[in-house]
Amino acid sequence: MPKSEKTPVEKLSYEQAFAELEEIIRTLESEPPALEETLALYERGQALAQRCTALLDGAELKVRQLSGEELAAGEEGK
Amino acid sequence: MDQLPLFQPPSLSVTEITRYLRQLLESDEILQDVWVQGEVSNLARPASGHLYFTLKDSTAALKCVMWRPQAQRLRIPLQNGALIEAHGAISLYEQGGQYQLYADTLRLAGEGALYQEFLRLKARLEAEGLFDELRKRPIPESPQRIGIVTSATGAALQDILNTLRRRYPLVEVLVAACAVQGAEAPAEIVRAILALNRMPEPPQTLIIARGGGSLEDLWAFNDEAVVRAIANSEAPVITGVGHETDFTLADFAADLRAPTPTAAAELATPDINETRLTLAGAAGLLKSLVDDTLQQVQDNNRRAQQDLLRASPLWRIQNGHQRMDALAERSHLAVVHALDIRRLRFTGVMHRLEALNPQAVLQRGYALVTLPDGRLIRSVEGIQVGDRVRVSLADGSLETKVEKINKETARLKAAAETGRKKDAKK
Repeated sequence: MPKSEKTPVEKLSYEQAFAELEEIIRTLESEPPALEETLALYERGQALAQRCTALLDGAELKVRQLSGEELAAGEEGK
Repeated sequence: MDQLPLFQPPSLSVTEITRYLRQLLESDEILQDVWVQGEVSNLARPASGHLYFTLKDSTAALKCVMWRPQAQRLRIPLQNGALIEAHGAISLYEQGGQYQLYADTLRLAGEGALYQEFLRLKARLEAEGLFDELRKRPIPESPQRIGIVTSATGAALQDILNTLRRRYPLVEVLVAACAVQGAEAPAEIVRAILALNRMPEPPQTLIIARGGGSLEDLWAFNDEAVVRAIANSEAPVITGVGHETDFTLADFAADLRAPTPTAAAELATPDINETRLTLAGAAGLLKSLVDDTLQQVQDNNRRAQQDLLRASPLWRIQNGHQRMDALAERSHLAVVHALDIRRLRFTGVMHRLEALNPQAVLQRGYALVTLPDGRLIRSVEGIQVGDRVRVSLADGSLETKVEKINKETARLKAAAETGRKKDAKK
């Protein structure tokens, strides 16, 4: 993924951040890019790992009940 | 006159006949595995925990007993007047002389019919392939969103939320409330499943749950429409309905069946501690990979620099310089070396000269004896008593007269001779 398309880590969910971290590791393992790119990936990877840790530390279960309208959507075109 | 028969038929003891009857009852296959329907009366629950009651209908009665282990697992409200079906074996209580039903399972009358219906529907849906293992999808390991289909007020929802909070608070929970028992329950459950799947951001996993209850309470989860909605759900479904021993058709259609709502929440999520470990592992791996790359790059760099230097004219010039420097150094050393050798040699000669200097000998305590004309006296031969001689010492000389002459004695000569021989032997 070109650098310009990368989402700032603060906007990533845990799963997104961790998935990208895994992707970076895969890339480094299988086809290590040039040095500059490797360092950029490393920096990104570290930011992702920090994001994940922060999310784990601050996680609070979000619970939402479906509204009547949202529930009614389950009736159409059954 | 009646004559007693010669051989009276042998009589059996009460015990013997009772045992015989008991064996008769217990060897009958039908009596050992039977369902009996009737109304409960004379219900007694003594402290022992066993249950005693009579099943009766309009014309007959059957004594029943249920032992404590089974009685404890009883899930229907048992009271006098209830119409129930009891399963068990008929045998004989020898001390009381009465046959009775030793019940192991009780159900409300009518459940038998429900059960038949359950089996028929199960067979039909099974034949359709709705319960095939191949249809079952894997449950996402770390879902972002979990949908819960259950009653908004039930304990099951709280159990699930508590478990999620403890295990994986990262997850977002969407609760689609529905009735989980009663006539309206099946339609509401179906609607909840569909509504969750149709959300703009649908959950990756659905949990369909209900706490424990009687077979009738759980009946909505055997409803064909509910079973089909589960099988057709886009998101994989985990069911957690009733207790561990309850199996509903919803369980068969689900991608994963959990024994309880709490267990369903556990199966739907990773443990956050494991998540932390996985994350730490990934971060460590990332670092070591980059370290490796950096190390490699550095090695390559160093090698390339060396190659480059060796190939460059600068290096050759420097190399030339170095060689010249080395040569200069070597020639310098050679000169120094030669000088050193000479210096050493010179010092050696000096030492030897020193040794020859008579003055040095005098310094060590020897004396030089000369005649007045300056000739050195080497022997007593030719010297007369009264001759004047000069004894030169290191710091001056003495003018003396010879007073007595001692020739070297034979004894001293011999001693000198022996010393020389000893030296030769060594």
